[in-house]
Amino acid sequence: MNTRPKIGVYICHCGINIAATVDVEEVVQFASTLPDVVVARNYSYMCSDPGQALITEDIENLGLNRVVVASCSPRMHEPTFRKTLMSAGLNPYFLEMANIREQCSWVHEDRIAATEKAKRLVESAVVKVRRLEPLEVKEVDVEPACLIIGAGIAGIQAALDIADAGFKVYLVEKTPSVGGHMAQLDKTFPTLDCSACILTPKMVDVANHPNIELLTYSQVEEISGYVGNFDVKVRKKSRFVDVTKCTGCGACAEACRQAGRIPNEFDEGLGMRSCIYLPFPQAVPAKYTIDKETCLFLTKGKCGDKPKCVEACEAGAIDFELQDEMVEFKVGTIIVATGFDVFDARNKPEYGYGVYPEVVTALEFERLVSASGPYGGKVVIPQRGKKKKKKEGEEEEAPRVPKSITFIQCVGSRDKSVGNEYCSRVCCMYTAKQAHLAKDKIPDAEITIFYMDVRAFGKGYEEFYDRVRREGIRYVRGNPSEIYKRGDKLVVRAEDTLTATPLEHETDMVVLSVGLMPRSDRREIIDMLKLSSSPDQFYLEAHPKLRPVDTATDGIFLAGACQGPKDIPDAVGQAKGAASAAMILMASGKVKVEAQTSIVDESTCRGCGFCVELCPYSAIELVEVNRMGWPVKVARVNEALCKGCGACAAACLSGSIQQRSFRDLQILPQIEVLGVSE
Amino acid sequence: MAEKTQDAFEPNIVAFLCNWCSYAGADLAGTSRIHYPSNVKVIRVMCTGRVNPLFVMNALQQGADGVLVSGCHPGDCHYMQGNYYARRRFTLMRRFLEYLGVDPARVRMSWVSASEGAKWKEVIEEVVEGVRAVGPMDQFKRRQINW
Repeated sequence: MNTRPKIGVYICHCGINIAATVDVEEVVQFASTLPDVVVARNYSYMCSDPGQALITEDIENLGLNRVVVASCSPRMHEPTFRKTLMSAGLNPYFLEMANIREQCSWVHEDRIAATEKAKRLVESAVVKVRRLEPLEVKEVDVEPACLIIGAGIAGIQAALDIADAGFKVYLVEKTPSVGGHMAQLDKTFPTLDCSACILTPKMVDVANHPNIELLTYSQVEEISGYVGNFDVKVRKKSRFVDVTKCTGCGACAEACRQAGRIPNEFDEGLGMRSCIYLPFPQAVPAKYTIDKETCLFLTKGKCGDKPKCVEACEAGAIDFELQDEMVEFKVGTIIVATGFDVFDARNKPEYGYGVYPEVVTALEFERLVSASGPYGGKVVIPQRGKKKKKKEGEEEEAPRVPKSITFIQCVGSRDKSVGNEYCSRVCCMYTAKQAHLAKDKIPDAEITIFYMDVRAFGKGYEEFYDRVRREGIRYVRGNPSEIYKRGDKLVVRAEDTLTATPLEHETDMVVLSVGLMPRSDRREIIDMLKLSSSPDQFYLEAHPKLRPVDTATDGIFLAGACQGPKDIPDAVGQAKGAASAAMILMASGKVKVEAQTSIVDESTCRGCGFCVELCPYSAIELVEVNRMGWPVKVARVNEALCKGCGACAAACLSGSIQQRSFRDLQILPQIEVLGVSE
Repeated sequence: MAEKTQDAFEPNIVAFLCNWCSYAGADLAGTSRIHYPSNVKVIRVMCTGRVNPLFVMNALQQGADGVLVSGCHPGDCHYMQGNYYARRRFTLMRRFLEYLGVDPARVRMSWVSASEGAKWKEVIEEVVEGVRAVGPMDQFKRRQINW
């Protein structure tokens, strides 16, 4: 009952994008001579309404049953034209596109060669479309739940939005508290809002929201499934504290034998904590955690006669027997909001970070100026490695207050020598903010900023930068080459590139404006979710302009700095975008699944099981069927699991398993057309 | 088509590109208006794992002077393992070509990600130059034999 193919070929000018390099008329002439082509036309913009109307009218009037559109990449407009076919009552899979823009007119200059190539590409599409088959678009239900990985500001915002819309959210955070890097900041540019004041209410909200299940100190271990139906396994690491009993009083931390000896990660190692700790006072949840790397009882098996924390805890919450717990659940969508690392300033050894205590990073400076920080908000030269706790009979040396502070921008950003070509987008502004805060705390301090360019692109940023400059902060254009010590002063050696004069600048303290880096543990997520990376190693979005929160995998979205350096407003904006993208799927409740799946010809399959071994999704199994009275094993594809990669089709020894729309008999004619030389 | 002379041999190359990385990378080269030679004609497949070595042989039999298979970087396959399958197949394939007496330099495999528009151009230029050096593929052509 196979009706003869009646093919319509439509060549797009795309304004002059195609027509400038490809002779569209000539391609039309050529296409009309190809077998089974009933009509060949051209139009200025095929994707426009009148362009699409050309196709639907021809389908109705000429009885077309196959369509070739030669225009932009199928990655761009294949969905558009599939819909066009559907609206005319034709199966959407009777479409083939020839990419004569991205892979022809835009990349070639020679008009004759480009036109020849366009003809070949069109012919290749025609011979393929002749053999295409109608496919059924299946829908699956979308589990109305979302997994959000990372509870910094982006993860928190996405979680709140989705939960407010009435969907279940599982918010997974690796560290003991939500909040991320934003919680470490003192003030935020350009408004000088106190970071904690605007963040902590949201932190509390995610903990209390009835639709949010907050899993802190937890790690996603395994994700399987597909859009709408992901199975997730999360490891809840043992805190060795029963969170249902812990009241957060802090008596345990005070009692700990190691109190004040363990560098606190939250304070960038400038402050000290105990082995049992709350990362910071406003941590959510306000539950203590025992650090099993340093706890004497957990590392040595002995902590005096009895661990002091156990004695101190009136609630009886501490339990060294507690084990990691595995939690499993199902979600329909996933948002990755894993954030960033800051650049490790030791990779710029010429700046002496880690050698001179007077050289600090910007994040350390945030902790210094923060009222809740280890120095109570005083701008001082931190006493690194010295115990803050007074020993008996020993006078504590007061930390030195710097009389001059020098900031160096672009440390680890826009720097090919460390492999980071990109701009970190926040350093110019946070440096201006920190300079302002330093001036505020030490009004007579002399403050200098070394910069390459100042990028003040956001709302209110230029105004803020202007304000800071007028506060008497000196901007010097130049990238310092070296920092060394002379007496008790640091000397910054640089060149003022505006006057082309080399200079040596004496200062008491240097703050390195370190850039944002992709997380060092990003590989875990990449492997689990099959995300791609950009050249800068941040996660890659599906389209840099039009799909900035999507990934190449349906149902998985990106939010915040894991996709690239971002300031807080951008991270929040993207989080809201990702939340909305996830909610679109969950609100509609249905999603179309891959139609170009594999199919087995059971009459020829010999049941070798090669494809079963090969399938990355375990979508194929061997089943017993009756073949002319004999029981034989044949392969069978579970279409809900098949993702349509075609690995099985390439391996099948008898050609019995084929991928729909990419069958041998659909690809071989293309090879025949494109392979012929001359 | 430009006429084939000994001096200006323009090789004809068939490429199989995976939809997610290399095809997108080639699209990016287009969006970025990166110019490269027009010798390579692309067939899109969802994954390099779909590329049956038969396709490569077939292209050479049809007269293609070279074949390029390009997919996601190892570890980045959209389908987890497809590019590893392809890599194994093509390692064997090249040996088979040698055995047949076909210069394995005609067949190339590359990894181009969706963000590597510039690398796509480099790959194309390398492939075209490489195949140009090997010369026209006429080993499988049926020749009329005068007895």
